[in-house]
Amino acid sequence: MTVVTGIQPISAGRRVKDRAVQALVYLAFAIAVVPLVSVLWLVIRNGLKRFDIEFLTHSMRNIGARDAGGGAYHAIIGTLEQVLLASLIAVPIGLLTAIYLVEYGNGGRLSRIVSFFVDVMTGVPSVVSGLFILAFWILALGMPFSGFAGALALSILMMPTVVRSAEEMLRLVPNELREASYALGVPKWRSIVKVVLPTAFTGIVTGVMLAVARVAGETAPLLLVVFSTDSINNDPFNGPQMGLPLYVFDQASRPNDTAIDRAWAGALTLILIIMLLNLVARLISWWRSPAKRG
Amino acid sequence: MAKQIEVSDLDAYYGSHKAIEGISMTIEPRSVTAFIGPSGCGKSTFLRTLNRMHEVIPGARVEGKVRLEDQDLYGPSVDPVSVRRTIGMVFQRPNPFPTMSIFDNVAAGLKLNGRFSKSQLEGVVEESLKGANLWNEVKTRLNKPGAGLSGGQQQRLCIARAIAVRPQVLLMDEPCSALDPISTLAIEDLISELKQEFTIVIVTHNMQQAARVSEKTAFFNLAAQGQPGKLIEMDETSKIFTNPTQKATEDYITGRFG
Ligand SMILES: Nc1ncnc2c1ncn2[C@@H]1O[C@H](COP(=O)(O)OP(=O)(O)OP(=O)(O)O)[C@@H](O)[C@H]1O
Ligand SMILES: [Mg+2]
Repeated sequence: MTVVTGIQPISAGRRVKDRAVQALVYLAFAIAVVPLVSVLWLVIRNGLKRFDIEFLTHSMRNIGARDAGGGAYHAIIGTLEQVLLASLIAVPIGLLTAIYLVEYGNGGRLSRIVSFFVDVMTGVPSVVSGLFILAFWILALGMPFSGFAGALALSILMMPTVVRSAEEMLRLVPNELREASYALGVPKWRSIVKVVLPTAFTGIVTGVMLAVARVAGETAPLLLVVFSTDSINNDPFNGPQMGLPLYVFDQASRPNDTAIDRAWAGALTLILIIMLLNLVARLISWWRSPAKRG
Repeated sequence: MAKQIEVSDLDAYYGSHKAIEGISMTIEPRSVTAFIGPSGCGKSTFLRTLNRMHEVIPGARVEGKVRLEDQDLYGPSVDPVSVRRTIGMVFQRPNPFPTMSIFDNVAAGLKLNGRFSKSQLEGVVEESLKGANLWNEVKTRLNKPGAGLSGGQQQRLCIARAIAVRPQVLLMDEPCSALDPISTLAIEDLISELKQEFTIVIVTHNMQQAARVSEKTAFFNLAAQGQPGKLIEMDETSKIFTNPTQKATEDYITGRFG
């Protein structure tokens, strides 16, 4: 056996392996992108037919089963209100839970229990959260069907995502920064508010956006506790409201082409809204980041 | 303003592991005290017990007494937050707040603790940056991020941040270990200036540095791995470096171990 010494050119075997793995990675990437692109393509192509001013500014009121025209204004309003309300509930609770787990829990008993239940919540199917609100809020407490009931169900789905992503971001904040703040005589809670949270801000915003995007497309809970309607209802606390996923579901199950076109346009609108929200979130984090000043 | 620190029979633990044992010493006001000793002997641990930063680590605790003039720092009614406000600290690795500008970094201690007018803050920031020998390098870019400075500048920024809250004692844990000789010299000059006002304690692995900047030197050592670190001897720096009483001290400073 000869021992190879000195600086050698890359052996043919390694070169081949390198090429093969590279090809595999590209292939995997292409396979992953195919469904994404094809869904986008399909939604855009079919959605553009009805994606017009009328669609964005009119409801389905007085539009008969076979009529053309009509729009998703009522559904857009409903989705925006429901998602906003759900975020208002889920983000503070989720963020505070994450802060407890990272900054105060210290891996103690309570934090392990909380962490366990967050994991359990991650696995709750959306129908179940809808059923829970239906049983608890509407049947037991006698509240009306409303956008707010939907927001409650959505917030149950959002919370674990917010907790997990915020927790991860908070753990990424180096301990040295906390210590630097303590060493200046800053109390712990202020260190968290003024040093830890701003440092993790961008990541937390991204996590919240993911959670929003996840729940904005949920249909089942809305079906159970919001009900659907063809008219505009600006009040999320009273009476049935529409939501975009529900609108798509409703239109797609009607047996004529005009309705199917509206369903595609509704799906396109939903995707655009989520993209827009993402853009806003990026702008916020860019505006807050120190790099902008540098 | 500067005050004397008196430590008596202090032990510090990480969980059940005793890191330092039976340390007693007096740290004189308006002077520089240097801590030297081999790695892992508990210098940082001891330093952090002096401003109650040790207990920030989960499971860490302290037994014994630390007195600042006539106040027991570990007394039952003492607020650790106010202790840290009185006894500032500079860490081994520069750790400016990444989300804040240079100005906000220096002003952080004040801003996070109360309300100050803009002009008050500006005064303190300028004074502190001048005190840390950094003013001339950054005066034109005070609102740029603090993380955009060089390592040496960041460390001086951290010193400026620590002195901006006007502490009575300044603890420095190997403040020059990541710096080039010129920045090191700048910080040593700074230490000599700061000792007019503050009581300064500095941990260093650099014997020449200890000899250059300090009035008193304390040598720590541990009997064996896993054993708690102990104070071997403490004396005038000149005496420690020319004529130490303990054999271990002499071996260490002449480079025979550690
Ligand atoms: N966070 C911690 N948790 C548990 N043990 C620790 C922790 N920090 C330090 N120790 C232990 O305490 C002992 C003293 O460590 P310390 O950091 O005080 O040493 P040091 O003298 O500052 O060393 P160096 O010169 O390398 O900085 C070591 O045995 C170390 O393993
Ligand atoms: Mg150390």
